[in-house]
Amino acid sequence: MATRREALVGGGLLLAFSFASRGLGQLVGGGEGGAAPKALRPDLPGSLKNRPELDAWIRIAPDGAATVFSGKAELGQGIRTALLQVAAEELDLSPATITLITADTARTPDEGLTAGSHSMQDGGTALANAGANVRFLLIQAAARQWKLPPESLTTSGDGHVMAPDGRRLGYGPLAAALSLHIEAVPDAPRRDPAHYRTLGRDLPRVDIPAKLTGGAAYVQDLRFPGMLHARLVRGPSYGTRLKAPNLEAARAMPGVVAVIQKGDFAAVVALKEWQAIKAMRVAQASDYVRTLPPLPVTDGPHRLQSLPSREIVVLDTRDDERPATRTIRASYSRPWYSHGSIGPSCAVALASDGELTLWSHSQGVFDMHRAVAELVGLPAKKVRCIHIPSAGCYGQNGADDVTAEAALIAMELPGRPIRLQWMREQEFGWEPCGCGMVTKVEASIGPDKRIAHWTYEVWSNSHNNRPVMAGGYAVAQQVVPPLLMQEPKPIPMPEGDGDRNANPLYVFPNMDVRYHFVPEMPLRVSALRSLGAHLNIFSLESMLDELALTGGVDPLAFRLAHMQDERARAVMIEATRRFDWAHRPRGDGRRGCGMAFARYKNIGAYCALAMEIEVERETGAIMVHRVQAAVDAGQPASPDGIRNQVEGGIIQSLSWAIKEAVSYDDSKRTSFDWGSYPILRFLDMPGSIDVHVMDRPGQPFLGAGETAQGPTSAALANAIADATGARLRDMPLTPEKVKAAIGLAG
Amino acid sequence: MTIRINVNGAEHVVDAEPDTPLLYVLRGDLRLNGAKYGCGLGQCGACTVQLDGKAIFSCVTPLAAVGTRKVRTIEGLGSVDRMNALQSAFAAEQAAQCGYCSAGMIMRAQALLDAIPQPDEAQIRRHMQTNLCRCGTHMRILRAVLRAAGLPVDGHSA
Repeated sequence: MATRREALVGGGLLLAFSFASRGLGQLVGGGEGGAAPKALRPDLPGSLKNRPELDAWIRIAPDGAATVFSGKAELGQGIRTALLQVAAEELDLSPATITLITADTARTPDEGLTAGSHSMQDGGTALANAGANVRFLLIQAAARQWKLPPESLTTSGDGHVMAPDGRRLGYGPLAAALSLHIEAVPDAPRRDPAHYRTLGRDLPRVDIPAKLTGGAAYVQDLRFPGMLHARLVRGPSYGTRLKAPNLEAARAMPGVVAVIQKGDFAAVVALKEWQAIKAMRVAQASDYVRTLPPLPVTDGPHRLQSLPSREIVVLDTRDDERPATRTIRASYSRPWYSHGSIGPSCAVALASDGELTLWSHSQGVFDMHRAVAELVGLPAKKVRCIHIPSAGCYGQNGADDVTAEAALIAMELPGRPIRLQWMREQEFGWEPCGCGMVTKVEASIGPDKRIAHWTYEVWSNSHNNRPVMAGGYAVAQQVVPPLLMQEPKPIPMPEGDGDRNANPLYVFPNMDVRYHFVPEMPLRVSALRSLGAHLNIFSLESMLDELALTGGVDPLAFRLAHMQDERARAVMIEATRRFDWAHRPRGDGRRGCGMAFARYKNIGAYCALAMEIEVERETGAIMVHRVQAAVDAGQPASPDGIRNQVEGGIIQSLSWAIKEAVSYDDSKRTSFDWGSYPILRFLDMPGSIDVHVMDRPGQPFLGAGETAQGPTSAALANAIADATGARLRDMPLTPEKVKAAIGLAG
Repeated sequence: MTIRINVNGAEHVVDAEPDTPLLYVLRGDLRLNGAKYGCGLGQCGACTVQLDGKAIFSCVTPLAAVGTRKVRTIEGLGSVDRMNALQSAFAAEQAAQCGYCSAGMIMRAQALLDAIPQPDEAQIRRHMQTNLCRCGTHMRILRAVLRAAGLPVDGHSA
């Protein structure tokens, strides 16, 4: 039924458009960034496809010490702990005894980006099966030694294979007689979920203690002998340049070691950090000019509807004419968002002996070592990129750019480690934003109170401008000569980017879903947590409530009537049961309740949630009293890890929906600090948030880190409509808009 | 120029300009990781430390303004092996994701607990209003502070 064809609209240009070079098997990190290495063994699970040799993932020393390697990086989402749990379970070792090495181009498998809620699905699955393979080999080796059938042997949980008579053989000596430089088999026996020792338990996160005690935990904390501090001298935001930066005055400032200038790219380098900042301030005292077209002051995200686009048909099932008793047409939108990392982006770079080492909090160190190599003119094998955590990024913030810029500076000062950190206003001004987007929905309900047809359009830029070549970095447009800019591309379904989750999981007849992919970017944009799923789910789940209201059907019953997926139904029923949806307070002008559901990308975790809110009619301010979510992420590695991610997603999505919008005049972004880009603070927090994680023993991992983003914003809009009768469709749902809408709703 | 400063009970002599924000003295000269650069504007609280027991933004506090007052950073509360009660409560509640805001959150909450050993939840929310978390761990932080105060923890997410 679903077809995908590319037509041509707008601009009248004939554009070649093909995904032929990137088969689905190679999609990693949600299809963002570059392709992973070629799938050598498509029959193997997860990232083992791309790197089948066991010793790329797991090594066991003669003393029994296990080292595990993963291409996935700790972003604050707790993946280190989850991966340790997975490896520990399948190797049957205590997680405390395993050393985990992550995301280092010189040491770990290339698993593409850490993005798209794929770390458990791809990376976790690879480690689970690699662990099962290794444990199976150790058991077979012991069986040969004891001349016993392998089925009769077990493992002890502390690094030994055990015979029925109690004899034990350590993993170390067994491994010493084996080679793990062999390819995995797809069907190595996995441990029985009934006997799990580690998986599914709330293992305290291994990275948290250092973060609570001032331990060295972040790239910002790296200190190398002879390290210098750099700051950038640049215009107020992307698409501007300084008319006359005062670099000579900066050069004369105390502590300044060097001033780097390459075209419009300029940086000061000093012995101490504060010296670099003071020199930067002196150098920046200059007027600026805009170098790109004016920002969309008059029409905001609706600008996208007037720009040339390529039309991508996501779904076309117009095959079953049904009578319609009522049709609703509506448009929904969201503004551009900032990632809002609490720590401005930072990197350390060292050029030495013709090699370049980068310490970066990029989500894509593997793409980076190739793209930065191109930028600085070194072969990729001479560039090593090591992931070190930083403040949460939630997508492509300044992490990639700051590393490329640190690399350029380091190449000018060989032998000196260069630590570059962006200033707060540079992060807000130069990072790629989350895309502004617009949708248009026309849907009908029939006499049977079921949806009779569904027509949906979404306008978006690419959410996938992660640098896979030098031209993907902001600095590529500053250096002379500027580099060819990386071409923005959509991500094909089933992941999608602007059209992510535009294909309803619900069963509707007569669906016509189109993605107007807009290559031209009014603001610089790239990936922000959940990509287009946020507005697509907001639109879909808002419209469902509008239709349910028209038909006089309860929003839960209306959803269940259109949903056949049992696990989707289960989270909806569980969340609403725990919320006591049947006895919820009914909208009374102030209080109200709303619910929403999505399965992220229709292939990730399931999330349903309900919330109760109160609107202060005099001001339009919204108070969220309680939120109840239910999430099905398959076999949970750590249920508390999932709860933490989903709670955070709920709060972040509430912040997007209520408060956030990148502001700008026609020449520059004007949200440059937390005063001009407010996010939710403690006094705005819900009264309570409860996240229930469904128990799904042994089921495949489903990425859960982004699953709450869409449903939360949608449930909020639905609750406001329930409370006040006013349907708000254009985020952010600020007090001013709520108050105005209440007035209109009477 | 050389300036004396008392941090976590120890006297230090640092060679820094008097206008240097305390944040850079702590991170650069004293090599302490706890206080973080977040905004440089006193808007986010990632740099929060205590000055004579009061939570302050070290990013907007010049070294010259510190004088003889006692600076306390998270390194002065406890270590991985010997966390203080509040740090332990943050660990017990897993009240962090990226953790970049955590040290500032703890230093600010500790100042409250030192002044009011058993604050109610509304007091905690008001007191913590100055500090931002982008990962959305607020509910866990509130529970951690209540737990450290020995108060019942409800509204939980278990």
